[in-house]
Amino acid sequence: MDVLWEAADPLSVREVSGQLTDRDLAHTTVMTVLDRLAKKGFARRERNGRAWHYRAAESREAYVTELMLSALDQTGDRQAALARFARSVSGTEAQALLRALGTLGEAHRG
Amino acid sequence: MSAADLILAVLAIGCIPAASALASASWPRRSPVAAILLWQALGLGWGLAAVGTLIGFAVTSNGAVAGAGALERLASLVRAGHARPVAAIGLVRLICLAAGLLLLAVLCWILLAATASVLRARQRQRELLSLLAHDDPKVPGALVVDHPAAAAYCLPGLRPEIVISAGVLDLLDADELAAVLAHERAHLRERHDLVLLPFLALLRAFSWAGITTQAYRAVGLLLEMHADDRVLRQVPARGLATALLRVGSAGGGGVPTGALAVAGAPAECEVAARVIRLLRPPPVLNGAATALVLAVSAALVVLPAALLILPLH
Repeated sequence: MDVLWEAADPLSVREVSGQLTDRDLAHTTVMTVLDRLAKKGFARRERNGRAWHYRAAESREAYVTELMLSALDQTGDRQAALARFARSVSGTEAQALLRALGTLGEAHRG
Repeated sequence: MSAADLILAVLAIGCIPAASALASASWPRRSPVAAILLWQALGLGWGLAAVGTLIGFAVTSNGAVAGAGALERLASLVRAGHARPVAAIGLVRLICLAAGLLLLAVLCWILLAATASVLRARQRQRELLSLLAHDDPKVPGALVVDHPAAAAYCLPGLRPEIVISAGVLDLLDADELAAVLAHERAHLRERHDLVLLPFLALLRAFSWAGITTQAYRAVGLLLEMHADDRVLRQVPARGLATALLRVGSAGGGGVPTGALAVAGAPAECEVAARVIRLLRPPPVLNGAATALVLAVSAALVVLPAALLILPLH
């Protein structure tokens, strides 16, 4: 997927394999992976002559944003799907409590 | 209406003010586990009593097996195979019977629907994580997503994952990160998501009833407090408290304001309540009080179940 994100143009299976030289993957393996990515909607493919060409459906940033939005969403459903560590607290309140903690810590040490 | 039906009706109606009182009580934060059990018993007891009241009332006049439990009376009514049910038990009772069965079906359905929607959301998360996340030696066993906003959460399931954003890695020191990981591991190990699921189902189906929101929030907060308690066995309270405040105050970045506005105010109270509880732990509920809570919880489930099955003379 990283290869598709880097590329400006749609890539053929052979071109993707070519960029994954460090991994030494079989041509069919790369083809299977690309096919799966296309089925899940992460990659789009178009026929170019005899070979399929693949490109990323969305940018990496778009997926990171989607991931983070659903993680930070506070409207019920997501909250149950993903158990979040801390829900938002206002900056001023948190700062006040953190300051109080700081003085407590110093008192303990001193 | 028989005595059993009357008791069921009182239970079904009484559960609602009882839940309201429990939501605003202060003792639950002293013993989150006992309080969570009571919440579950209230929910299950209400469901049994509400369905039981409607069905019990509908089949009460079936003279042949008067005195039998509601379920047995219903079975004998069905066995008798009335060709004209309206004539057999009357229109009002027939409507009650239909309403009882409908309520039972709705309760089962909303639980399935909530489960399905939660599983879908998690599946999408897993797919995205498999493309985007990577390991980091600072947080062994967790997945890291490169984004400056602070988010730390876990994906419960058969293949549980803990996810930490790069923002959190920058924000917290080693002790605080250890506290975050321990907290999420407690959630995953004890499957807190399964405890919350029925309350989510009730919230989604009956969001017009304020009590479902109260119940969902209260149980969610108690689960967080319980996970906090688990952390304290491994990490000092201070690290967990500062981690909570740092992540909590930075977490809003990138969230549409609409989403924040919905849950903003109560969420603030929740983090503050957890921090205060960590710094000044309230005394744990004593043995007698805990036993009382457990006994009430058991009674809330056993009583309506028994009234449905056993005859009451």
